[in-house]
Amino acid sequence: MNIRIIPRLDIKGPNLVKGIHLEGLRVLGKPEQFARYYYENGADELIYMDAVASLYGRNSLLDIVERTAKDIFIPLTVGGGLRSVEDIRTVLRAGADKVSINTAAIQRPELIREGARAFGSSTIVVSIEAIKKKDGSYEAYVDYGRQSTGVDAFEWAVQAAELGAGELAVTSINNEGTGKGFDLELTRKIAEAVPIPVIASGGAGRVSHVHEVITEGKADAVSIASLLHYNFVKQSEFSGQDNYTEGNTEFLRKGGMVSKVQDASLPEIKEYLIAQGVECRRPRS
Amino acid sequence: MLNAVVLGAEGLTLNALEAFAFSKIMGLEQKPKVAIVDYGMGNLFSVRQACEHAGLDVSITSAREEILNADAVILPGIGAFGDAMATLSRLDLVGVLRDVAASGKALIGVCLGLQLLMTESFEFGRHKGLGIIEGQVVPFDNPKEGARKLKVPQVGWNSVHRVGNGQEEAWENSPLAKLRDGEFMYFVHSYIVQPEDKRVVLSVSRYGQIEFCSSIHSQNIFACQFHPERSGREGLKIYRNLASHIERLTSMRS
Repeated sequence: MNIRIIPRLDIKGPNLVKGIHLEGLRVLGKPEQFARYYYENGADELIYMDAVASLYGRNSLLDIVERTAKDIFIPLTVGGGLRSVEDIRTVLRAGADKVSINTAAIQRPELIREGARAFGSSTIVVSIEAIKKKDGSYEAYVDYGRQSTGVDAFEWAVQAAELGAGELAVTSINNEGTGKGFDLELTRKIAEAVPIPVIASGGAGRVSHVHEVITEGKADAVSIASLLHYNFVKQSEFSGQDNYTEGNTEFLRKGGMVSKVQDASLPEIKEYLIAQGVECRRPRS
Repeated sequence: MLNAVVLGAEGLTLNALEAFAFSKIMGLEQKPKVAIVDYGMGNLFSVRQACEHAGLDVSITSAREEILNADAVILPGIGAFGDAMATLSRLDLVGVLRDVAASGKALIGVCLGLQLLMTESFEFGRHKGLGIIEGQVVPFDNPKEGARKLKVPQVGWNSVHRVGNGQEEAWENSPLAKLRDGEFMYFVHSYIVQPEDKRVVLSVSRYGQIEFCSSIHSQNIFACQFHPERSGREGLKIYRNLASHIERLTSMRS
């Protein structure tokens, strides 16, 4: 089985942003440029998440999806603020292959069944964002990690799979954007409890974290943000390309995240995994 | 006529070949018309994008006449076999698709579109398929890799291999021509096809311990379990191959 490496692009308005603990968003540049670069460098799929849609409603995401789908021929998952079968249809019509739902699915789990029936199970990715509590249990959060639900993350994972989700994307809000690694316990418990693929998300600070969440976390796919985005920003800077002029990348140069995140390119990540005995699709030059 | 007027005005004399090349450059030639069968399932958008990328003239349709009049027909699809067959029956397209298969026109199945060509499927009960290719559709049976249980559906990239030895000619005469043996393609499926006549099996892939048929080719019919439209540059190569496959079949029929 080939493990998938999926760049995740968090989008706010026309910009690619990156936050820490899903908060404190910073602008990195234009999502289409990053998407194109990842496509050409062996990304297995792409995820677009609308960072603010569940709070402020729809924005320019659909335009970005449409432009991306025209010249990027790998699967594209789109999420953020999708509330109904009609919302899902709109995003699929714009060119997405799958949708990721969280808030609306927890509020009304039947949405998973309706979506799977209308568009096929494989189209519906349920995103589970969890916070580890003091007693060691995990609680599912919604609205981009801002709102608690009282729902146990493991019970919710099993229910979502039963309702017809095609895949689960699992994010640890504690670890997201911190660069300290994935929550292996959270990922493994969910991956072992459901028959469908699990995408580990949030926390990769170096390539070895990606390897860990595959072997110890039992993830079937890994979605990666900072690690790749910072690498692309650095590459562009090095080659003198003006790719991110609109990005507030000052914080990268001044240290901050750089100390915790050891960035890597997609080919570097895949070569590392292959050397460790993990099968993945080797990018062709 | 248009060509003649344009060329006449320029005062040029061209032989037939040059005129053909000229009309091709000017986009004046008739592009092959491809009907993508719309029965309410699957991402038709990405199939359309890939077809257009390969220079095909695409319509997404469930109209019998439009399907019958097209130069080639693509049957896409994601979702449940039984629902798909029920919808095709309701739209009165079962006979239409069989007619297309018998006509010698290119008929192309993608993912569920491959499975629907078979005699029957065991997905949630037992359902009759289009019966264009003899064979059955069965679930992945407990795929494993060492101690690790593999997830069903298979979601992701897997390599596509030629069947046995000495298949190079069949491969190079198929829509997989120019693809390397073992090329990665993107799959999403829980069921696999088992054609009766092994000669129609164009490629095989492996998920855990299970080897399965990942594409078929039989005269005017080509179908694949993977999604070439979501398989990057190599996938687009298949769509370009399909464009010439369609042109060849169209010229054979005229």
